[in-house]
Amino acid sequence: MAIRSKERQSPSAGLPAPSEDTAALLRELVAHLRQNRTQLREEWARRITRAQLLTAMTEEEIFAEATSVYDNYVEALETGTFEALQAYARNLSERIIPRGVETHEVVGIVLLLRDVLARSLFAKYHEDFDKLNRILDAYEPAANRIANTVAVGFVQERERIIRQQQEAIRELSTPVLQVRERLLILPIIGVIDPQRNRQLTEQLLRAIRTNRAKVVVIDITGVAAMDSNVANQLVQTVEASRLLGATVIVTGLSPEIAQTLVTIGVDLSEMATVGDLQGGIEEAERLLGYKVLPLEDVAPKE
Amino acid sequence: MEVPILKQGQNLIASIQSALTDADLSQLREALVERVGKFRARGVIVDVTALDVMDSFAVRTLRDIAHMARLRGAETVIVGIQPEVAFAMVQLGLTLKGVATALDLEEGLAFLHRPGQKGIERPGGRIERG
Repeated sequence: MAIRSKERQSPSAGLPAPSEDTAALLRELVAHLRQNRTQLREEWARRITRAQLLTAMTEEEIFAEATSVYDNYVEALETGTFEALQAYARNLSERIIPRGVETHEVVGIVLLLRDVLARSLFAKYHEDFDKLNRILDAYEPAANRIANTVAVGFVQERERIIRQQQEAIRELSTPVLQVRERLLILPIIGVIDPQRNRQLTEQLLRAIRTNRAKVVVIDITGVAAMDSNVANQLVQTVEASRLLGATVIVTGLSPEIAQTLVTIGVDLSEMATVGDLQGGIEEAERLLGYKVLPLEDVAPKE
Repeated sequence: MEVPILKQGQNLIASIQSALTDADLSQLREALVERVGKFRARGVIVDVTALDVMDSFAVRTLRDIAHMARLRGAETVIVGIQPEVAFAMVQLGLTLKGVATALDLEEGLAFLHRPGQKGIERPGGRIERG
């Protein structure tokens, strides 16, 4: 008996082959879920709305997704394999993550479905307690496994997206450019976090040594916001550069940033600041002893 | 290990060659401060290129050397701090405030001989060199 069931099901990545008894129960269960598909699905969608999950989606969308999740769910119960469900969960996550759906929502809806189905089983078998128990024995492990698969799929997809974005940010990261002999500029764009600050500082310090820079202009026009953390990190970068003998000029502090820094009381007295990048470079040239003149002012040497 | 102190014109150059114990550092401090007076030095260069670790005691000693040498009439430059060391130092809050730093020995000498450098800067003003 058991051998026959194994041959038929051959669950490659699914549950261990259920016994004939469990298989029969699962078949019965699946038939029940198929039969009441419309009603259970609606009940589920209603409970999703009531629990205020998936608020980023319209009711029609929720119903459409609920339908396909339901069908995949029943199929996973029937076949005992999860590949199709895994693929579907990944696909679903890919679609809903950009819309701001959270992990708790996805886990929440799958658990709701599990509850809705369990309730319907209670309703159907409440007269035969022994049968109900056996049905639940067959149903629960499979249902938990499904919930797990969907949640893990969602989280993995999210992590994949986060990794992708981190890589993108790292690639965007900051070039250190030499504009004149011994003068470097470092334009910073975007958000400074501890990790980026570390990378940025190391890069700058190495560049100071290889280019034997005396002056560095750090331009933060592209930094949208700054808090005390970021400011202190910037001060650290300035200090570290000074330890290597380079003077740092910070340019491009926006009025908002200037106000924030003064309001939160960050001490930037150690830091030379100039309004814009042009001014910063001019100041740096002055420090280095350069003087830029228009050609006609330079006496022709003939 | 004792750190050799070389005299070059009006400057003293102490080149640290290997990791130093606290006692070595104190010994260096005393030797430098003593020799500033003995050789009537106007500049002191401490080269730390060989150090790939700098703890708080080392940083404090360097700062003390700079301050003591200034009281004795010489300006101090710390040269050759490695990028990694610099980063670690600022993270620990050891920033050598008020002490001049330069990339390497050459830069340090250029700093001490910079044009217009006739005297020693002091908080209250400048003492011109005759």
